[in-house]
Formats: sequence, structure tokens, C-alpha cells
Amino acid sequence: MTRYKYGFKDPENYVFRLTKGLSKEIVEEISWLKMEPEWMRKFRLNAYEIFLKKNLPSWGPDLSDLNFDDIVYYVKPSDRKSSSWEDVPEYIRNTFERLGIPEAERRLLAGLSAQYESEMVYHKLKESWKKKGVIFVDTDTAVKEYPELVREYIGTVVSPSDNKFSALNSAVWSGGSFIYIPEGVSVEIPLQAYFRINSQNMGQFERTLIIAEPGSYVHYIEGCTAPIYSTYSLHSAVVEVVVKKGARVRYTTIQNWSYNVYNLVTKRAVAYDEAIVEWIDGNLGSKVTMKYPSVYMRGKGSKAELLSIAYAGKGQFQDVGAKVLHLAPYTFSRITSKSISKDGGRNSYRGLVYVDPCATKSNVSLRCDTLLLDNQSRSDTYPIIKIENSNTSLSHEASVSKIDDEQLFYLESRGLPKDEASALIVRGFIEPISKELPFEYAVELNRLIRLQLRGDIG
Amino acid sequence: MGRGVILELKNLHTEVEQKEILKGVNLQLKRGRIYALMGPNGAGKSSLAYTIMGHPRFKVSRGEIIFNGENITNLTPSERAQRGIFLAFQYPIEISGITLFNFLRLIFNTRVDDRKSPMEFSKFLKSKLEVLDLNEKFISRYLNEGLSGGEKKKSEVLQMVIVNPELVILDEIDSGLDIDAMKIVSNTINNFFNEDKTILIITHYQRFLDYVKPDNIFVMFDGKILASGGYELIDLIEREGYETLEKRREHDEI
Repeated sequence: MTRYKYGFKDPENYVFRLTKGLSKEIVEEISWLKMEPEWMRKFRLNAYEIFLKKNLPSWGPDLSDLNFDDIVYYVKPSDRKSSSWEDVPEYIRNTFERLGIPEAERRLLAGLSAQYESEMVYHKLKESWKKKGVIFVDTDTAVKEYPELVREYIGTVVSPSDNKFSALNSAVWSGGSFIYIPEGVSVEIPLQAYFRINSQNMGQFERTLIIAEPGSYVHYIEGCTAPIYSTYSLHSAVVEVVVKKGARVRYTTIQNWSYNVYNLVTKRAVAYDEAIVEWIDGNLGSKVTMKYPSVYMRGKGSKAELLSIAYAGKGQFQDVGAKVLHLAPYTFSRITSKSISKDGGRNSYRGLVYVDPCATKSNVSLRCDTLLLDNQSRSDTYPIIKIENSNTSLSHEASVSKIDDEQLFYLESRGLPKDEASALIVRGFIEPISKELPFEYAVELNRLIRLQLRGDIG
Repeated sequence: MGRGVILELKNLHTEVEQKEILKGVNLQLKRGRIYALMGPNGAGKSSLAYTIMGHPRFKVSRGEIIFNGENITNLTPSERAQRGIFLAFQYPIEISGITLFNFLRLIFNTRVDDRKSPMEFSKFLKSKLEVLDLNEKFISRYLNEGLSGGEKKKSEVLQMVIVNPELVILDEIDSGLDIDAMKIVSNTINNFFNEDKTILIITHYQRFLDYVKPDNIFVMFDGKILASGGYELIDLIEREGYETLEKRREHDEI
């Protein structure tokens, strides 16, 4: 049995596919294909110039295998975007059925979008939320239908010049979600986006923008998978979240890319007065992930909660972490990071906590726990803490543990087979994270981890 | 079920890192009986319990463990548990992030064909909790984490009741219990016991045996069963200590 069960692939009967490689012409062609306004075309071209000047990150996993000329930057699988699964091409619909997505939509969600290669192929928000003024569309549609909103916010939280991959995404982005929650509206059930890469040497560059007006609430969930190929694919998203006064946004990711995907993502939120941002980040798949969800606490009394769980199995490197910047008084942040390494897998926690001189009476708590399942695996932590304010309260804990033989024996003596016993210990280890997920997703997370733990022979 | 032999140890030798721990244990336990196993520290009582349960550190170098007529010497701990052996640990292990409730339901469903939903199980559990003077809050805590010594022992006995095994080994279940808890725990054990069950109590103290009365007493010394008999053995130990017992055995006085 293989530990990755979403590795099936579809034939590539695409409407349009760019040739490999990246150039100014490619960037212009993407913009032209999308019939974009001039300001967006300029945004892209400017970002492309920045991309050329920026270097790859000097730290973290080795990215030297990544060849930007060997990637296809835009693939359009279908002629239309549908709001009914009936209208989605059958083979794509079947793929999402196999992933259980329409089922989840019916049972659990206020809205769903599904991206296949470069484009959203399905998008639907339940009528009752539309009536309250909630906007949930793909970002390409948003550029056409809500240009003022997009123009006002895009690139303000994550600038194209932030890093090489934010520049790349800004130049070639396609798809992603655009969410707008009007003042005082609380979307009680989650919105979800699902991202699927199907072909090899493909680059998926979705761009997500969430704007939560004062006093509003939304929980956004994203999931992702891809087939297994011997060559790599690249997923490089940019996510920008604006959380205004007293609003709360919870952003949950269950990343389960196949083991040939480079997942290099920039995610950041800005929190204004009394706002709450929660990033819940599960990284199970991919070859290499570099992702450090961030919160810039600009408003007095704002809060950031970051929970992450990373699993690194054979050949995987999860370089993940969190960044919190306390830029106003009475701000509060709590980071909980859990990582599990097995079969030579490697995890790094890389984080930044910064407390500005003006951020008086702030509160920071940071906890990193690592579980090593064997001796070949590895885990490192690189926490940077810069506190420039003397009345900050800080707590910092870290632990490294192994699955203990006595724990295993105890559980086995109650009738649990050994693999179930270790899965149970792992489940307990990640419980602080999984209890924050909606029930069905917690079950799914536990199931995926169990699959990972078992599949080492396959 | 008859009064047959449930467990038989035949010339059982075990090693831990090449050091011999059990040095030829012969023992027969019958269905419907309660036994006590006594002996000084280091005699091998807990080692015997671990060996019966299949702890991987205790390597059987010679001899056999026969349970219900089946040679289980090479079975895994979970296979032994599934056949009906239960060990209540002297020092129960803590597992973070797993509530006692979820764990109890999991081990119940592992042993029993009639799986219960959380709701059904909660109902089933209620009366068991009352008997042990435990509340709902107790089972929402993580498995043994941060429990007092006495609470951990109650958690072991609760697990025993839920799993409903045929053979129970209680490794110093009385240590860490105050007198009230001792009464509650022994009551639960007595209620659990019937003619189809077998209980082996490992203890240092006579006191617990006043609450759960054994039919037979074994005395262990230096990796072997030194003597077996009735209550008179306890008096002998209390009076003269294990060393004298050992010497008297050498002279065939007992």
C-alpha cells in the first residue's frame, strides 16, 4: 500500500496550454488570455522585473533542482467556470468526486471553489450568503467584477517585492479565491477552496485575497492534492488577508500535495484594532514546503493565533513556521507548532516574533514540539525573537520526543496492534491542532497521518 | 466454562540484556480463582507480569507460556490482550492528547464485536464510573496525564472493567491508594470476579489481601516460585521474612 492515495491522474485534454518557460511575453500572454485591464497587466510586468532581480532564499531547503524554464505557467483545462457540477467537464468532475469534494460541499460548507491546474472550474456560494453581500468568487472574476476592491488591496499585504516567489506569483498568478465579508456579517459555516494539479512540470500560482470588514467573521478552508510524477511541479501561492476592526478570520489549510511538488507559499494577514487572525496549517504532503504564515498586528488589542502541524516522511522537507509582528499596544500572539519526522524526513521550524517599541503590554507565547519516529529523521528549530519593549510577557517552550517503547507496550497491552498504538500516540501529539479543526477535517487529518505512518513499507 | 487451567508457565526463563531475570518459573492458574504473588523487591514479580503480557524487553530464553491451551510465548502483547489477558500496571503510562473516554471506547471496540457509538458507550460507562466514585470530568482528562497515584490506579481498574478480560494481573494495584480508595478499588475487583475469571494480585502488603481474598498464595524469590500455599504463608513471611523462608526451603522445611 502506498502512503499517498490521491496520486491518480487524468488525461490532459486541455483547452489551452502555454509552452514551457517564463519570459515577459509569457506574462503578457497570460494577461491577454485573461483579457485583463491595463493596471493588472502592469502589475504583472512590474512583478516580473522584480522576479528577475530577486535571488532564491539563501536559507532552508535546497531549491537548485527548480528550473524556471522547465515549468508550464498557465494551463486552462476548461472553457467555462461553472456554478453547477453538471457543467464541469466529466473527467474533472470525476476527479473531484473521488476526492470527496462535492460531498463535503453538500454537507458542510457555505461555499466551495475548485481549482484545476490554472483555473477555477467550479465556484458556488450559497444564495443566503450572497444576499448578505458576501462575495466569494475566483480572483480572475473579481478583477472583472470588483476591480476597485481588488485594485485597492492586491499587493498591499504581500508586496511583489517581498520575495522571489511572491514576485513570481504576482507576475503569473491565476485562480485563487477572492472573499469579501461585509461589516458585521458572520459566515457561520466554512467556505472552502480545493486545489488540484494534474499534469507534470506544471506551475500553479493561485492568488487569494480575503477582506473582512469590521465586526465580520469567516472561516476559510483550503485543501490540495496532485498526482505522483517522477518530475516535479511547482505550487506557489500568495495569500493576503485584511482583517479590520473587531473582525475575525480563521484560515485552515490541509496541504497534501504529492511528493514531487515544491510548495513555496507566502501567506500573510494584517490585523487592525481588536481583530483576530487564526492560521491553522497542516502540512502533510509535498517534496519541499516553505511556508511561514504571518500576522502583522497593526491595531491595538489585535490577536494572532498560529497552529501548525507538519509531517515529513521519506524524501520530504517541511520548512515551515510562523511570523508575528506586534506593531501596536496590547497585542497578543500564540504560536503552537508540532512536527513529526519519519523515515529520514526533515522538519524545520522557522519563526519570527517581533515586538515593536510601541507595542506595550503585549503578550507572546511560542511552543514548538517535535516527535521523531526513528533515528534517521531530523528536526531543527530556528526561532528568532526580537523584543524591543520591556513590558512584554513572553513564554517560550520547546520539546523533542520520540515514541517511547513503554507507551507502545502500555497501549498494546490493551489490545491495540503496534501500528495503531503509534498512530494513537501521534494523534495525541497533534491533538492541540486537530481539536481546532471542524470535526470532519480532524477525522480526515488523523486518517491521513495514519496512512502516512502505515505506508512506509509500500 | 469449567474449572480448568487458564494459564500455565512451564520452566519459564527470561533475559533482559543477557541478564537472567526469571530463572525457571513453573506456575498454574485456574479459572475462578484469585491468587496472590508476594516476594521481596527484585524477586521478579513485575518481570513475571511483563513476561506474561509480552513486553519486548523480556526475552523468553527457555520455557513456555500456555494460555487456554494455546502456546502464546511468541505472540505480541496486543494478541495476548485480545485473547483475554490484562495487566494493570504498577506505574501506568501517560499518553497526552487522548482522553480517557476516547481511549476506553477504543479498547472496548477492539475487544468486543458489538461496537458502541460515543453516545451508547457513554451510557454504558456511566454505572462503571459511579462504582469507582469517578465523574465525567475524570474521563475527559488525557490518559493518565497529571493524575495522582490513586487516580491512576482507578483508571487501570476502570480499563479492566471495560475490557472485561479473563485473566487479570494486578501489579501493586494497592500502592498509592488511601484507605477509602482501597475499599472502592477492591469492591470493584470483587464485583468483577466470577467463576470464569482469574485474578493474580502482586503485592507487598497483606492489607490488600484482607479486601480481595486469594485462594492461593505464591511466594517469589530470586526469579523463581519459592513456595505456594494458603494464608499460613503470609503469617510466615510477616513473622520471619523472605530470607528465612528461602533458608527453610533449602532445608526442605516447607
